[in-house]
Amino acid sequence: MTIGLENYLIVAAILFTLGIFGIFLNRKNVIIILMSIELMLLAVNINLVAFSVFLGNLVGQVFALFVLTVAAGEAAIGLAILVIYFRNRGTIAVEDISQMKG
Amino acid sequence: MILQTITFYLFAAITIAAGFMVIAARNPVHSVLYLILAFFTSAGLFVLIGAEFIAMILVIVYVGAVAVLFLFVVMMLDINFTELRQGFLQYMPIGGLIGIALLIELIMVVGVWQFGPEVAGHAVPQATTDGVTNTEALGAVIYTQYVYAFQAAGVILLIAMIGAIVLTHRTRPGVKKQRISSQVYRDPKTTIEVKKIPPGQGI
Repeated sequence: MTIGLENYLIVAAILFTLGIFGIFLNRKNVIIILMSIELMLLAVNINLVAFSVFLGNLVGQVFALFVLTVAAGEAAIGLAILVIYFRNRGTIAVEDISQMKG
Repeated sequence: MILQTITFYLFAAITIAAGFMVIAARNPVHSVLYLILAFFTSAGLFVLIGAEFIAMILVIVYVGAVAVLFLFVVMMLDINFTELRQGFLQYMPIGGLIGIALLIELIMVVGVWQFGPEVAGHAVPQATTDGVTNTEALGAVIYTQYVYAFQAAGVILLIAMIGAIVLTHRTRPGVKKQRISSQVYRDPKTTIEVKKIPPGQGI
């Protein structure tokens, strides 16, 4: 019983689904939503790295590195927005965010 | 080989359990700690598959920077978290429905997929290609073929840093600070006034 590509893909699929589920479950808490997005990006990274290794092509790992970069930047910006939102409103409930009427 | 299989299933189970606890934990601090656990175990999965560099970067960047940033923000904001969890059960059916549908779709895609012949050729994950370590091979690719994308990634990080600083920086009005330039440019003619006071009369 060897570990093949499909095992990694299924782990990544379950993690991605957990990320989606977390966004639906914690609709009010922005911090958990950001963490769910991190989980989904981690699942994407697992997919990229698994394909890269099993196909013998390094490009997947390079792109996993770029995904990591974007995830770090996104977390920093998201948490900065969260901090100033909390400073202005005193709460982080997402449902109250309707000022921009986008 | 059997050890590798056991390790894979152990790490995969811990990763998925930690991922579930991230979204299900009552306390957001616990969520962040479970997120750290998920990152660590998936770094273990990457080591198992032979991608050491990504694994170490995952530990350094995610656990060392992103997760600690989350931890700081969760602990510094004074939030009533029980109030934020009120709609938890209300959103459970629709979220569960969408999640399960998505999972079934993904697993069907993976299950029906006919892998190409080159995938079957690499059934055993190979850590190195012709004696070159993973880090060395990755470095040879990143700094030659993908150097522009690499620089763009650096620019993205710079923009993220500037954006975060600009967003959270504030100038508070009531604070007295030392302004060295205005101290240096102080002029005796404008700041000192000499008054002639006649003796015995006062001002």
